[in-house]
Amino acid sequence: MTIDMSQFYEVFFDEAEELLAEAERLLLGIEIDNPDTEELNAIFRAAHSIKGGAATFGFIDMTEITHVLENLLDKIRKNEMALTAEHVDAFLAAKDVLKMEVDGHRVAAVVDQEQVADVKMMLNSLAEAGGLVIKPANVSIAQKPAPISIIAAIPEQALQQPQMRTDGLTQFHIYLPEISDKDASNLEEELGLLGDVVPSKNAHGRYVFVLTTDSSQADIISICSFVLDPDDLIISLAPVSATPVSATPILAAPVSVVVAVPIAAEKESESFNNLSKIKIEEENGYGLFSEDGNDEEGYGFFAPFRPHPDAVITALIGDDTVMTEANSGVAAVDIVAAQTTGSVEKRISGRRDSDKAPANIETSSIRVGIEKVDQLINLVGELVITQAMIEQRISHLDPLLHEPLINSVGQLTRNTRDLQESVMSIRMMPIDFVFSRFPRMVRDLAAKLGKKVEFVTVGAATELDKGLIERIVDPLTHLVRNSVDHGIEIPEQRRAAGKSEIGVLTLSAAHKGGCIVIEVTDDGAGLNRTKLLDKAAKNGLVVSENMSDSEVFALIFAPGFSTAEVVTDVSGRGVGMDVVKRNISAMNGVVEIRSALGFGTTISIALPLTLAILDGMSVSLGDSIYVIPLNLIVETLQPRAEDIKTVTGEGRMVHVRGEYLPIIALHSLFNQHTDITDPTLGVLVLVESDGKKSALFVDRLVGQQQVVIKSLETNYRKVPGVSGATIMGDGCVALILDIAALIQMGQSTNYLTGAMSFTNNANHTTQSSNA
Amino acid sequence: MAKTILAVDDSGSLRQMVAFSLKAAGYDVIQAVDGQDGLTKATEKTVDLVLTDQNMPIMDGLTLIKHLRGLSSYQKVPILMLTTESSDEMKAKGKAAGANGWLVKPFDPKRLIEVVQKVIGS
Repeated sequence: MTIDMSQFYEVFFDEAEELLAEAERLLLGIEIDNPDTEELNAIFRAAHSIKGGAATFGFIDMTEITHVLENLLDKIRKNEMALTAEHVDAFLAAKDVLKMEVDGHRVAAVVDQEQVADVKMMLNSLAEAGGLVIKPANVSIAQKPAPISIIAAIPEQALQQPQMRTDGLTQFHIYLPEISDKDASNLEEELGLLGDVVPSKNAHGRYVFVLTTDSSQADIISICSFVLDPDDLIISLAPVSATPVSATPILAAPVSVVVAVPIAAEKESESFNNLSKIKIEEENGYGLFSEDGNDEEGYGFFAPFRPHPDAVITALIGDDTVMTEANSGVAAVDIVAAQTTGSVEKRISGRRDSDKAPANIETSSIRVGIEKVDQLINLVGELVITQAMIEQRISHLDPLLHEPLINSVGQLTRNTRDLQESVMSIRMMPIDFVFSRFPRMVRDLAAKLGKKVEFVTVGAATELDKGLIERIVDPLTHLVRNSVDHGIEIPEQRRAAGKSEIGVLTLSAAHKGGCIVIEVTDDGAGLNRTKLLDKAAKNGLVVSENMSDSEVFALIFAPGFSTAEVVTDVSGRGVGMDVVKRNISAMNGVVEIRSALGFGTTISIALPLTLAILDGMSVSLGDSIYVIPLNLIVETLQPRAEDIKTVTGEGRMVHVRGEYLPIIALHSLFNQHTDITDPTLGVLVLVESDGKKSALFVDRLVGQQQVVIKSLETNYRKVPGVSGATIMGDGCVALILDIAALIQMGQSTNYLTGAMSFTNNANHTTQSSNA
Repeated sequence: MAKTILAVDDSGSLRQMVAFSLKAAGYDVIQAVDGQDGLTKATEKTVDLVLTDQNMPIMDGLTLIKHLRGLSSYQKVPILMLTTESSDEMKAKGKAAGANGWLVKPFDPKRLIEVVQKVIGS
C-alpha cells in the first residue's frame, strides 16, 4: 500500500500559514520585558507544529529554520534565556522566510536564498549568544530508507534471538547504575552462574558487565533484582558484527533491549541515564541516539507491553520489564525535496524577490464565475430528480429479491444528498456581509436624529445563499432606517416613558427549520394600532375594528402608507415598506411584524435557505400533484361536518379552535376534476401568509419532500396562484403553489368557493381568469 | 469489526495523514484536536488504541495519557505517543504517564501502520 503524501500538502500549507499568521500576531503584541508564558508557548507550538509537518511532508528547508526557532523559543519559554527585541525581530524575519518557503512549495514562488541564509545566521548567532548549541535538525527526509516489508520478512527465530551465536550463546551488555564495588562483585558472582562475565567500568565509573550466556534476559534481570532495582538496569544485546549467523544485511540492524529507566529515579539519575546510554551506544557502535539521523526515527514500546497476538512478530522482544527499541531500518517520507531544489534554481542572485510572489496565493480560495456555480447547482438539481425517480421505481420491488439493488440505491440517495449539500454550500456566505455595513449607518443616523442607539448583531455567522444576501441588503437597510427613525424615540421621550435613554437596535439571524430568520428589533415606541387604523381609513383602505393585530400591522406594507408624524429626510415618505414586502416575497420570504405599544417592534423576515430547493408538502388533487411550501403550512386536518359553516357572501368557512378560516377549494380554483368535493372527505391544509390564514381544501396529503424549483415563467408563462413547478420522482410535473397569491385569490373570489365550487361543474374558465 | 483508533494531534495535516493512513489500513479512526478533545472522545467510546501528540494547546499529550490511565476503561488500552522529541527524558515522562510506547515524528505512513499492527493487530 502506498499513500500519496501530496494529498496532505494543501492542508499543511494552510495550517502553516495560519500558524505563521498567529505567531506574527502574538509576536507583534508581545511584551519584551515581561512576555506572557501562554503566548510564548503558543509561538513555540506554532514553530513546533510547522517543523513536525514540514519534516513529515518532506519540506526540509522549512525544518531547518523551525528547528533553530523552536530551540530558541524553548529556551525562552523555560526562562533559560531572556527575550530581547532582537529575538522578536529575528522571529518575525523567520516568519517571513517560512512564509516565503511555504509559497515556494505551494505555487513555486521565488524563494530568496540570501534572505533565508541571513535569517538562519541571525537565529544561529542568537542561539550561540544564549549559549545554545543547536544540533543539526534531528530530522532526516531525503534518505530513502530500507523498506519496512523486509523487516516483516525476517525469520521469526532470527528476530527473537537476533544475537544468537553459532554456539547457542548470546552476549548481553549489562549497564548497572551506581552501585558499590561490593554489590558489583556479588552481582558478578551471581551472573557468573549463568555464563561468562567480563566486568568493566565505563567513563562514568559505572559497571558494565558483558555476559555471554545461553540464558534469557529475564534470567539476568531476576538475578540482578537481588541487588538492585531492575528498572535501573540497561541491558543490551552485544553488537552483531561478530555473529556469524547474521548473514542477511537486515540483521545487521541492531536491536537493543533496554530496561526502562525507572521514573522515580529518573529525576536524580537523568544525566546518568542519558550519558551512560549515549556512551553505551558509542561503545557498542549501535548508534541508538547517535548523530546518524536514521536512528532518531525509531519507535518503541514501554513495559509492560505485550504485542498483540495477531501482530507480525518483529524486532520486539517482549518482557514485562523490558523496554524495547526496535532500531530497524528507517522508513522516511517518500518525498524527495525536489520542490526545494526547484525553487532554489529559480532564485535570481543578489535580489530580493520575495515581494514579487503572486498576490492571489494569499488565500487558497479560487474565484469562479457565478454562472458556473449555478450550472453546477442546476445539474445537481437534475441529479436529485433522477435519483428520486430511481428510488420511486425500486420502491415497488421485492426487498428480499433485490436487496443489493435497494442497498445501492440507498447509498446513491445518501451520496446525492451529500453532494447536493456541498454544492449548495458553495453559494453560502455568512450574513455578516450584510450586517457589517449597519453599525456605521446606525451611528450616523442616530447622530443625525439626535438619538442614542446601541446596535447589536446576533448570529452574524449564519450562512445564506449569496443570491439572497445580495437581495436582502436593500430591504434590510430600509428596515434598520425605519427602526432608528420611527421606532426608537428621542432620549427625552424615552426618559419620560421610564426607559433607558439609549435605545437598543438588534439585528439577528438564525436558522429555524429550513429557513433563515432575520429580525430587526427595536425597543422603541411600538406600533400604534389605533393610529394605523385611522391612517388606513384615511388612505381609503378597507379596514375594520375586528382585524387582528398582525393584520393591522401588515397595513404598513400597503403602498403609500406612512404613519410617521413628521416626514424626515431619513424615512417616512410612505414609500418603502411596500417595496420591502415585495422584495421579500420575490425571494419566497415571509415578513411578520410583532409589536407592543411602548415596548418596541420586531420585524421578522423568514427566507428560504436557497432559491433552488424547497421543502414542500405534496398534495393530490384528482390525478395531479401540487406542492405547498412547508414553511407556510400551519397544520392539516380533516374537518368534521359541524365545523364547516357557510357564511353568506364569504363562502365556506371552517371553524378551527375558535377561528373561522375561509376554505379555498383548490379543485374549484384550478378547475381540476376530482371525486372528492366534500371537505369532510378530503384534507384541509391550513396555511398562513402575511398574517392571513386560509384552509386549502385538497384530496390527500402525499408526502413531504425537497423539490427542485423550476421556473414556470421562463418555460411557459406566469400562472396566478402558482410560483413554479418541479419534476417529481415519477417524472410528472407538479406545480408549486403560491400561497400568498392563493389567499388573496380566495378572498377576492370566495363567492366561488362558497356557492358553486363544490358542485364541481361551474364556469371555471371565467373564475380562473378572474383570479 | 474494524478496530478503532483515536488520533490526537493539533496539527490538522498530520492528523489527517495519520487518519488517512490508518483508514487505508482498515482501521476506524476518531480524530481529536487536543488533549481535552481527545479525552472527551475517548470517554464517549472506548477505543482500541490511542495515538497522541505531546505538544498541544489546552491539554498536552502527557496529561491526556495520565487522565486516560485514570479511567477504568483505559487501563489496558495501548497508548502510543507520536512525538518529535525522542529524548530519554521525554520517553521516561511518557512511560511515567502510562504510555506504552512512542513513535518519533516524522514518520512514514507505512511505519505507522506497521507499529499499529504490531500493537493491536490488523
